[in-house]
Amino acid sequence: MTTVFFLIFAAIAVLCAINLVVQKHPIASALSLIGVMASLAVLYLQLGGEFIFAAQVIVYAGAIMVLFIFVIMLLNAGAETLTFQVSRFVKYLGLILLFAFLLLISFIVQAMLPKTEGVVFGAFQGGTALEVGRKLFTSYLLPFEVTSVLILIAIVGAIVLARKEV
Amino acid sequence: MPTLPTAVPLSWYLILSAILFVLGVAGFIFRRNIITVFMSIELMLNAVNLSFVTFSYEFKQVDGHIYSFFVMVVAAAEAAVGLAIILTVFKNRSTLMIDEINSMKY
Repeated sequence: MTTVFFLIFAAIAVLCAINLVVQKHPIASALSLIGVMASLAVLYLQLGGEFIFAAQVIVYAGAIMVLFIFVIMLLNAGAETLTFQVSRFVKYLGLILLFAFLLLISFIVQAMLPKTEGVVFGAFQGGTALEVGRKLFTSYLLPFEVTSVLILIAIVGAIVLARKEV
Repeated sequence: MPTLPTAVPLSWYLILSAILFVLGVAGFIFRRNIITVFMSIELMLNAVNLSFVTFSYEFKQVDGHIYSFFVMVVAAAEAAVGLAIILTVFKNRSTLMIDEINSMKY
């Protein structure tokens, strides 16, 4: 059951990622990216990350992608035109090399990783908001506070960059 | 026909992460629209997050989730500032194609 769910959502993620790369229109790429993020959120839930699942849906698929789609619509971004010509031979050679590279990576990962019992849904209960919050406010308190400064700088920077000149 | 394992091997998650990262790199290199290039960067960040959460499961430690949470926060800040820069570039140059925004190249 866990394997079937993994295969379904991994296939959705990979297909959406391929669609992101090959689509000419940015709004289609943005919608595919939302598909990738939603299926990755399901995989996080499978790995026992309840909190990170919620954060992925709210922050990534919600906030960041709304920002992207808002900017795409604001700028009225149309389909892109290729400025360089690629011969068909180079295109197919690149695809073959990409597949060979991925196969090589898969082989190395399979060979190097020690044999473990694998992932079963529900085996790791430590990813709840309680556990994450406890760790975040004890061991990781300083990075957490630095993050708030980073967000403040980002807000001010975005306003300064995007405002109308007065 | 081989039967599916009941527990998903850990390497499958890492291979999925590698595939998504490579696709993100391909999009970063081959796309010409600055917004799509930016979205490819987000795809790469997501792929790395999947690796973090996978190793967090394997070691039964919650630290990986916290790193991936920090990556999300930094990605949010980066998206806000980056899209503001894109807005400014579009206001000044009236184009989104990265081949035409090359005045810092020479």
